[in-house]
Amino acid sequence: MDQSKRFFDEMFARPEAARPPYEGYNQWFSGEDLKGLRRKSSEAEAFFRSIGITFNVYGQDEADERLIPFDIVPRIISAREWAKLERGIEQRVRAINAFLHDIYHRQEILRAGRIPAHIIAGNEAFLPQMIGVNPPGGVYTHIVGVDLVRTGEDEFFVLEDNARTPSGVSYMLENRETMLQMFPELFTRLNVRPVSSYPQLLRRSLSDSAPVGSPNDRPVVAVLTPGIHNSAYFEHAFLADRMGAELVESADLRIDKGRVAMRTTQGFKPIDVLYRRVDDEYLDPLNFNPDSMLGVPGIMDVYRAGNITLANAPGTGIADDKALYSYMPDIIEFYTGEPAILPNVPTWRCSEADSLAYVLDHLSEMVVKEVHGSGGYGMLVGPVASKKEIAAFEQKLRARPSNYIAQPTLALSTVPILTKAGLAPRHVDLRPFVLVSPNRIDMTPGGLTRVALKKGSLVVNSSQGGGTKDTWVLGD
Amino acid sequence: MMLGKNAGGLYWMFRYIERAENIARLLEAGWHIALTRSNGGNGKGANEWRSILTTAGIDAAYHEKYAEYDSASVIDFLLRDRDNNSSVLCAIEAARTNARTVRTALSGEVWEAINQCWMTLKSTLARPVTERSLYDTLSSIRHGTSVVRGALHGTMLRNDIYAFSRLGTFIERADNTARILDVKYYVLLPSAAFVGTSIDNAQWEVILRSVSAERSYHWLNGGDVSPYSIAEFLILDKRMPRSLAFCYSKIGQYLALLEQDYGQRQDSQILSDRICMRLRSASVQSIFEDGLHEFLTEFIADTSLLANHIETDFRFYR
Repeated sequence: MDQSKRFFDEMFARPEAARPPYEGYNQWFSGEDLKGLRRKSSEAEAFFRSIGITFNVYGQDEADERLIPFDIVPRIISAREWAKLERGIEQRVRAINAFLHDIYHRQEILRAGRIPAHIIAGNEAFLPQMIGVNPPGGVYTHIVGVDLVRTGEDEFFVLEDNARTPSGVSYMLENRETMLQMFPELFTRLNVRPVSSYPQLLRRSLSDSAPVGSPNDRPVVAVLTPGIHNSAYFEHAFLADRMGAELVESADLRIDKGRVAMRTTQGFKPIDVLYRRVDDEYLDPLNFNPDSMLGVPGIMDVYRAGNITLANAPGTGIADDKALYSYMPDIIEFYTGEPAILPNVPTWRCSEADSLAYVLDHLSEMVVKEVHGSGGYGMLVGPVASKKEIAAFEQKLRARPSNYIAQPTLALSTVPILTKAGLAPRHVDLRPFVLVSPNRIDMTPGGLTRVALKKGSLVVNSSQGGGTKDTWVLGD
Repeated sequence: MMLGKNAGGLYWMFRYIERAENIARLLEAGWHIALTRSNGGNGKGANEWRSILTTAGIDAAYHEKYAEYDSASVIDFLLRDRDNNSSVLCAIEAARTNARTVRTALSGEVWEAINQCWMTLKSTLARPVTERSLYDTLSSIRHGTSVVRGALHGTMLRNDIYAFSRLGTFIERADNTARILDVKYYVLLPSAAFVGTSIDNAQWEVILRSVSAERSYHWLNGGDVSPYSIAEFLILDKRMPRSLAFCYSKIGQYLALLEQDYGQRQDSQILSDRICMRLRSASVQSIFEDGLHEFLTEFIADTSLLANHIETDFRFYR
């Protein structure tokens, strides 16, 4: 109970009654018995296994396909809360696309001095190959996953903008599917907005971004996966399947008559839109990493000629780079002319001497992240780190300060999970998925809620023992 | 039109499923013989096991690992040995891996069926199968693969995806039936010793059991068990779903579907039509006159050539 005082619990902010979005659920929950619900929990696991929603763990036995643990208590967001998030995220995504266009063309924002030029010039996420390139339809980030955290009734922060290849949307869809199967009565009682149209929206969004002058009658869309051993292979296959698109690998593709073409039972057939789940670096051995076996030699030349849409565009990583993150409020204001609706988490850039000094003084209270790291690796969570870990990290930080940013340890909100003893609060974050096409932005009401299953843990990444929850956005 | 890789994946998925079933069937036949005729010590039982391993094309691999042909070792090797690519466990795993690669081409039900089959067998075959649980294990293999087949029939579009799946099944089956006959062809030869007598019970029993056709054979032939009628049944009888003629009528049918769909006649269709024609015009007398072994050897080689043509014509590659 000590915890509930320090952290905002989205269900029981006040212990005596559920917060309004959770009222209906709580009423239902009070009528259920714990044993029955525990049984449902294991049913959910069997369900996930049988449909094969697994992820491969790198470096482990290939046969070892893991499940991301699923918790059956939903994370519920009210219509009003969602409306604000939607506006904030849409604003952010527009700004990101405007920024990407600018940074690969005239670089007005640098000329205006709103971002220091060295942050761009010396950044690995900035792709010189993209300078002057115009993506078909003008869209850079067709799919964005914005990571949000919450600390109070009205306090949402953007933790990270995933503008490269955000993953996890298959869990959003399958978590809902599972909940519908297990608890149909909840969905007849409560007004939960559906998420199931995401694959069709994705397909439409990608088709709308297709290049002009294709020889195909209608846009041919394919999903490019690194292959069956990739940790997110399930998601790649899932999305291709639900969109009715082909799932292709490097070996299926080559450049044929100036177009990207896939090898079919009847010869090569041109592709218009490639939703690629392969990182920039591996996309084209002729233009990027020459050792890549995952890409298509020459695809960048086709791209530059405007004959293929790559989703997302190469070089979008500069927009979600951690070195740039702290400038996002300026970026948003610069391109939209309005202040950011959703705030950033306060961030110290360790490259700046004053900030570094502050961070070094407060290491035990802060979260320090590598600028290019991801997945919860290579970071220090001050409050839970040992003295020894902090000392070791301090050395790394002093050696290469510009490689790090630091943030206060946020009092992440909690949502209950079902444990053996009943409900218990655990920290969560939220990743809604946004689709951008030349003429519209679509946001599916919901997203992926990741939950740290370990008591007190603030790290929600699945690679670090996190689980997921179904995310409900309530209708009006 | 579909990805060549997916066409290949489907074809191999169903070849492996068929292989797993065939191995289980051979094992069941061998086990039956071992139980009913092993009184001669290591004599007959061992011979049967050996010919079963030869039929499956894995006798050499077995011999590298074991010196004796005892039931427990053979059963383990056939069911779950990871060194044996054709073991049921490996075959189902290969089928499921192929299914994962071609998931977008499969209906949800087919995918779930093969995934479930793999999960069940993976846990059943995690430990050596005891004599007591052998029967249940074999049923569970049959059950698992039957559900996949049922889902395929019930939920898949009858297009090229279906054609490649079925081609995999029937190429594997034709090859398997021909091998069963070839390993035993000497039994069926009318030699001086057999003239006027029925062939050795154990021998025909194992042949018919290996193709799960003991009862259907007797139903069609009454009590008459002769080398001619067994060979005719397994080679030429189009009612028998594992006969060479039946397999080739299906192979011909699905290759014709692809020819029509793709508007192109290729090497595989030409060769398959030739083999079909030969099977249609052959009689069991002419096969025996020209040499059963020669006939089967040529058939196995042709089927393997056809499999190669299919891979090239439809741009499978792995």
